[in-house]
Amino acid sequence: MVEVRRSTVIDAPIEEVWRILRDFNGHDRWHPAVAESRLTGARFTDQVGSVRDFRLTGGERVKEQLLSLSDKSRSFSYAIVESDVPLNDYVAHVALKPVTDGRRTFWDWRSKFRPPAGREQELAQLVAEGVYDAGFSAVRALVSGSASRSAHPASPAAGSIEGQAIVVQRHGGPEELVMETVQVPPPGSGEIRLRHTAIGVNFIDVYCRTGYFDLLKPPGVPGMEAAGVVLDVGPGVTHLRVGDRVGYACPPVGAYASHRTMPADLVFQLPEDVSDETAAASLLKAMTAEFLLHQVHPLQADETVLVYAPAGGVGRMLCQWASHLGARVIGATSSPEKAAAARAAGAETVILPGEISLEAQVMEVTAGHGADVIFDAVGRDSFGHSLRALAIQGHLVSYGQASGPVGTWDIGALSSRSATISRPNFGHYTDTPEKVHEITSRVFDALRAGVISVEIGQRVALADAAKAHRDLEGRSTTGSTILIPGESS
Amino acid sequence: MAEVYTSSIINAPAERVWARIRDFNALPAWHPLIAESRIEGGAPSDQVGCVRDFRLRDGGRIREKLLALSDYEFSCSYSILESHMGVENYVATLKLTPVTDGNRTFAEWSAEFDCAAEAESQLVSDIGGDVFQGGFDALKKHFGT
Ligand SMILES: NC(=O)c1ccc[n+]([C@@H]2O[C@H](COP(=O)([O-])OP(=O)(O)OC[C@H]3O[C@@H](n4cnc5c(N)ncnc54)[C@H](OP(=O)(O)O)[C@@H]3O)[C@@H](O)[C@H]2O)c1
Repeated sequence: MVEVRRSTVIDAPIEEVWRILRDFNGHDRWHPAVAESRLTGARFTDQVGSVRDFRLTGGERVKEQLLSLSDKSRSFSYAIVESDVPLNDYVAHVALKPVTDGRRTFWDWRSKFRPPAGREQELAQLVAEGVYDAGFSAVRALVSGSASRSAHPASPAAGSIEGQAIVVQRHGGPEELVMETVQVPPPGSGEIRLRHTAIGVNFIDVYCRTGYFDLLKPPGVPGMEAAGVVLDVGPGVTHLRVGDRVGYACPPVGAYASHRTMPADLVFQLPEDVSDETAAASLLKAMTAEFLLHQVHPLQADETVLVYAPAGGVGRMLCQWASHLGARVIGATSSPEKAAAARAAGAETVILPGEISLEAQVMEVTAGHGADVIFDAVGRDSFGHSLRALAIQGHLVSYGQASGPVGTWDIGALSSRSATISRPNFGHYTDTPEKVHEITSRVFDALRAGVISVEIGQRVALADAAKAHRDLEGRSTTGSTILIPGESS
Repeated sequence: MAEVYTSSIINAPAERVWARIRDFNALPAWHPLIAESRIEGGAPSDQVGCVRDFRLRDGGRIREKLLALSDYEFSCSYSILESHMGVENYVATLKLTPVTDGNRTFAEWSAEFDCAAEAESQLVSDIGGDVFQGGFDALKKHFGT
């Protein structure tokens, strides 16, 4: 075994050097010995397992595979899997460390390999000087602005990284959800740049896609919920650091992407015991259940609550949390399978409105009392039934319209029950870091205590977002749907 | 848990810098804040587990225990047993790495500890600045730039 070890100091902040090095397939933009490189075996350059297939300026072909990459310790390792140069069993490690005394960067590059007998010295020198030292000089020139290799179109000097996103070119059906390659800019003031690991799908994404809500102006990327890793941090962001594992459930839209740059204020660090997939599957839905049951209608133990879509995303968590609070939960759904899921989530009674109307069934199972509170996010098809299923002085919380807009109603209709109506909006309960912190703390506590649980009913490749929407609108999902970037469809 | 991290470049080969700082009892010889030091019970100063009892120039007294020492990695870790600083579970590591380009040394000094929340930012800046950076500045001065 030969061991080669080189290190240097670069006169630039570590974030700047790491941005150049972390792009495993981007070495042809800066390394003088690399002619051209392409990525195989994975979709993203920062995905462990990806292979860079490149030619050296001397004509030799080399394939190297990414073994590990950490944005937190700013290091990666890789191995040669095929090569015209006999660097057998070659494994290399690149690590950056900040020099706090002067905002510089220490860069360590080392490897071990087995050269053929007699060629040890020649090959060790090739690696040490031809690859490592030459790489040091090139990056040094690049960060000091005297780079000569600016021919490459997407040069890292511009600071953008390449990602994939679902771009809606015009409002419409699920077929408008099309994957495109996008440039993700470096974060500006108050912003961060993220790599997503899991993305939550919510019914609001459907309203954005169709244009029913004006949150997405085409061309635009839908999605308001995801988990991921902080790649870089813009000026003025103090609560997050590079490498932090984070989550969010907030506007602006743009979550259906492998990478994104966004305002940092409502993004927060995930607790260690909450996985990325759990966060993506639950943040927006559980936060909604939290404020519905504690702020919009502080639920009492002696109340009867009717929950629509009780096997779905928000509805399932409403059932779990409401039954934990001691209320009697009635679920209203569309199939026996979903009824079983609703019962498992804590619904004491489940009704399947059909030949017998919803209100008749609710009155029957409550001995004519009706529901004290109704959580109705179905909208057009349910609103009238909900009004008739309310108890006297009951509270109808209309918080969505999965079947279409509720339409126009005469307020006089409420007098038959002395009813109260609420139409809460997620944004108003979660628009400051303080509110987000309070709600998510209660959500994480509830997850830990088993008050609510996450059911990932559908795990779908990001590229297949259209299928995820078809299923959600087709009422065929249970629990939560998440999208995973980088997986092939 | 509070964390402190300070790093610097010293203009001498790592072997030479290591020779200056390796002795757990040698703080007064290279660190400007330390007035005198002794190893308790006459133990060798490179024996893991030995305790140094030293006095700062401002009069404070600190006892620290050697947790690890590696001549191969040029690194040493220690914990605070007793001090006036108001820290608990304090563990620090001082580590040198050669910079092959220019035959210099990358020096890192880091610590983790618990303390009262209101004291944290002051402690982090004192330890990172006066103690760690102060030590590096003295080494930089000694070895020249
Ligand atoms: N106001 C807010 O701040 C807020 C926040 C979050 C979510 N929401 C709303 O909460 C609702 C649930 O969101 P989610 O993401 O958790 O979705 P979801 O409940 O998992 O999926 C929607 C469910 O609605 C039911 N549904 C009834 N009629 C439907 C129709 N015509 N088309 C499609 N679905 C129909 C279906 O359940 P069954 O088969 O059981 O009927 C379906 O599975 C949405 O309306 C959403 O807009 C509102």
